[in-house]
Parts: sequence; C-alpha cells; structure tokens
Amino acid sequence: MKMIEIDLKLFVTLAKYLPEENEPFRVAPGTTVEMVMKQLNIPENLVKLIFINGRREKPGYVLQQNDRLGLFPPVGGG
Amino acid sequence: MDQRYERNFSTISLDEQARLGRSGVCVTGLGGLGGCVAEMLARTGVGNLVLVDGDHFESSNLNRQLLCTEELVGMSKPDAAQDRVKAVNGSVNVRKVRSFLREKNARDILFGCDLVVDCLDSIDDRFILEEAAQALEIPLVSGAIAGTFGQATVIFPEDRGFELIYGKKREIRGQGAEKTLGNIASTVFFMASIQVSETVKVLLNRNGVLKNRLLTADLESCSFEIVDLPGR
Repeated sequence: MKMIEIDLKLFVTLAKYLPEENEPFRVAPGTTVEMVMKQLNIPENLVKLIFINGRREKPGYVLQQNDRLGLFPPVGGG
Repeated sequence: MDQRYERNFSTISLDEQARLGRSGVCVTGLGGLGGCVAEMLARTGVGNLVLVDGDHFESSNLNRQLLCTEELVGMSKPDAAQDRVKAVNGSVNVRKVRSFLREKNARDILFGCDLVVDCLDSIDDRFILEEAAQALEIPLVSGAIAGTFGQATVIFPEDRGFELIYGKKREIRGQGAEKTLGNIASTVFFMASIQVSETVKVLLNRNGVLKNRLLTADLESCSFEIVDLPGR
C-alpha cells in the first residue's frame, strides 16, 4: 500500500510524543488525525487545537499527501 | 505636547496619538505579560489604564516579571504597576483594582474601557473575562505562554473566541502546559510586545489585526505561524 507523507509538528508538552522517524511522517491512506494521536499514544484530552495547513480542523479530518499537521495542548500562562 | 512622543510619529500620527491618549485599556493580570503590557501602554501613550490583580510579588516572579524587583517582593502587583506607570508617564490616569477578576466583578471592572488585554494565568478566568468583554462589546487581546511557546489572538464581541482555542468552557480546568513548563522572561516579553502591538492597532482601527487568527510562536525552534480560526 502506498503511504501518505505528512509534516507532523507536536508543540509544547506534546513534543515528547514525536516519533524518531518523523521526516516525513508516513500514514496509511484514510488515516484521520484522531488515529495518528492514538498511534502516538497522545492522550486525547491533552490536544486542544488541531491545525492542518494553517487552518483549524477536527479530529476526524482525513489526512492528505503533504499535509502539515500541528497539534497543540492548552496554554494558559501569563 | 512635549517631545515625549516625537519618535512615535512616523508610526503613529499626531491625531492617532491624541486618540490613544483618550483611550481606556484594562490590563487583567499583572504578572509576566501584564507588567510588560502596562509598561509599554504607558510609554506608547494610552491615556487611561485599569490595572487588575489580587496578587503580591513573590521571589519566584523575579525571573520574568518586569515590575518585580528584589525590593518589591511582597508588594501588591497593582500598587507596583501604578507606581511604575506614573514614573514612566505621569499623564496616564490609573485606576487600580486590587482583586482577582471573578464573575461577580468582571463587568464592573471592564465598564467604560475601550479594550481589555488578557494577561491572566488561568484558562477558566480567561472564559470569565471573555464573557464580560463580549457582554460589554469590548475587544479583547489575549496572550498566553508556556515555556518557550506563546500564542496570541484578538477576540471581538461577535467572535467564537476561546472555545476555538481551548475547547468548550466546561471541559477546561485551571492551568495548561505552563504548569509543567513554567515561564521564562524571553517568551513573556516577546508575547507582551505582540499584545501591545495588537492593542494599538485595534484602538486605531488599523488593518491586519489577529481577529479569528491565532499567532503561535515557538522560540526554541524559531517557528512562527498565524493560523486561521473559523468565524461564525
């Protein structure tokens, strides 16, 4: 099966879940953001913001070739 | 007007400077972000400031809070901020509020202001602030930090605002990533600058404001991005 390549960025406290091989990060066609989070063992409640190519998206978004995926935890310090 | 604002004038016109002088801005939270924001607003010439915090300086604030000096540990943050603003620009009117922003006092505190700057350190409190600001139809300039990461956005009364960034209000409790990562001076000063820049732009009706957009800055990797948040 031909895999899809995406650019995966995990921000702030999520950075520790970034796999060693991540440039590019490869997923099977049809993979959603939610599935990537599960695969990387990122607790669902840690992710408050999902960005695809600079736009906010939902966990059910199906990843496409060359997508830039960014995941952010809640940040509230002042 | 004396020479005080002379160097502003290629960026801010004389008329605009006068307009800033008539403007009223509330700064909620006078820790890292809020201390820097108050200082910069006073220097820029925003004429009326409401400075809000129920806290006192502790020695753990010294690493990043501009207004906290060794001598001032133990002092009320709004007292210190008022002294600093007055020392920098005596023409600025200051109303200080020595209490934390709560549901019961939020609207009274914001009443009469043209804009509020969110420098709070809890996500729950940010929702309380947003609710009051939207009810009073006041734009809100928000900044938040954790470690080397910062984010900023501008929320107008008609915007969905924080729920797009933090999820639904009732899912959120307390602090975010800053609880484990702490906060450092370079991130604080950087994000406070963005907040003040956005504040001035909103007060002067300039274009390019971060409405329905979130600026994210990761100073560790030097990556900066502006991402779109959907409107209504």
